[in-house]
Amino acid sequence: MNYLDQVRAIAYYTLVEARRNHLLWVVVLTIFAAVGLAGFLAQVAITETQQIQAAFLGAFLRWAAVFIVSLTVITGMVREFNDKGFELVLSLPLPRAGYFLGKLSGYMAIALLIAACMTLPLLLVAPLEHALLWGASLGCELLLVCALSLLCMLTLNQTLPAFVVVAAFYLLARSIAAIQLMGQGPLINVESWSQSVVMFIIKAVALLLPDLDRFTATDWLVYHSGTPDLLMPILGQSLIYLVLLAGAGLFDLYRKNL
Amino acid sequence: MRERSIRSVPVPVLVIFAVALSAQLMWSALRPTASATAEQLPASMTEAHWRVASFGDPIPLSRTLMLWLQSFDNGAVTIPFRNLDYLRVTRWLDAILSLDAKSQYPLLAATRLYAEVSDEPRQRLMLDFVYRKFLEDPEHRWRWLAQAVVIAKHRLNDLPLALKFARALTDNTNNTTAPSWARQMHIFIHEDLGEVESARILLGGLLESGTITDINELRFLSERLQSLQQQHSNVANPTN
Repeated sequence: MNYLDQVRAIAYYTLVEARRNHLLWVVVLTIFAAVGLAGFLAQVAITETQQIQAAFLGAFLRWAAVFIVSLTVITGMVREFNDKGFELVLSLPLPRAGYFLGKLSGYMAIALLIAACMTLPLLLVAPLEHALLWGASLGCELLLVCALSLLCMLTLNQTLPAFVVVAAFYLLARSIAAIQLMGQGPLINVESWSQSVVMFIIKAVALLLPDLDRFTATDWLVYHSGTPDLLMPILGQSLIYLVLLAGAGLFDLYRKNL
Repeated sequence: MRERSIRSVPVPVLVIFAVALSAQLMWSALRPTASATAEQLPASMTEAHWRVASFGDPIPLSRTLMLWLQSFDNGAVTIPFRNLDYLRVTRWLDAILSLDAKSQYPLLAATRLYAEVSDEPRQRLMLDFVYRKFLEDPEHRWRWLAQAVVIAKHRLNDLPLALKFARALTDNTNNTTAPSWARQMHIFIHEDLGEVESARILLGGLLESGTITDINELRFLSERLQSLQQQHSNVANPTN
């Protein structure tokens, strides 16, 4: 069995595990709940019904997808640690990078499948090209969440700290541009050293975070403002950050003692 | 469990990590920084929607929204935001104030930030917003309407508008909720309008009501009344 086959086998069994965990049912139920709630809002609204549905569905499904992907990766890895499957695989003649890339590929495939499923109900409330743009962007966002969850689980080994770090990272990455904006302007006391320190820290954090506020915008669904050229920077940022997270994960995995 | 040394990490992994980190730093440094522009200010949702979005805790949301809105406002003082939609701004301020009715921040922003823009229609929109919000809670918002009186009188040179606000201050507050200087503003605006007779009657009534107890204030207002009476008699008997 060559290296690529090994990676493929690990990825395949990661997908099988997700199927056995009834992940598909969770996704389907989430979509039904979102569509049902959006339908209720449409009954209540007296105007802009479709925009309200699109805004609600977009926001709800995005948050749900991030939540589901993150927990899928974290709980999957916890089971791997608890069942000693992690030690068993690493005792086989398989490079650690092979194991990591296999798990990452499997979880990335799950993330992309979830993004595709979450995009389907949006076709009811938004034009095809805007729904697809939104779905592609969600796919990129979920790839980052999945790689980050894997890194956090390998580093922290525990469900709660790993999930808290992923949630904090995600919220911060989505709001860092707004935080930077709030810190600018003539109303801010620039002579205060504490203000300067805070602004420096915010700037440094912003450099290290992906600009998720440009990803998966509800504007595209509600006002149809998205254009295909918006996807290029999203793909570029996703690629760079995915490699960074994978590099960090591999770094941590190679330093792990069994 | 102790971790292995960094030397156990293969060089390609270290290279990939270093290259990706450098690429991320360059990407972030090169991406355009967020900046507030007039066009970017979106429409606000209604108060009911914001209440749902606050998950039962509207005050933190109100405070955060105000700081966020302020980031659009920061430029308004130094760079006139001619395209800023003030109707939208008032709706935002309205929603923020509805979420936290005790907050004074939106009213301060309306009078001291947004009304500073040298554009009369926009200033009037802000003053009207302050007036409407004052009527909802005169006890806690009188000072902002007092500011509005000053702006209407000195910036807009619109004495009837200043009088309308000053009268609202008097009619909707009492001596325990607002200081007498605020409640007396309408008298002096009557005087500025040349309505000496009205000002004289109002001031005389105020002094006779016994609500003024401070000796210095009594002396000042009495002198002012005498001056008004002098003016009144000069108007009545121009030959004297």
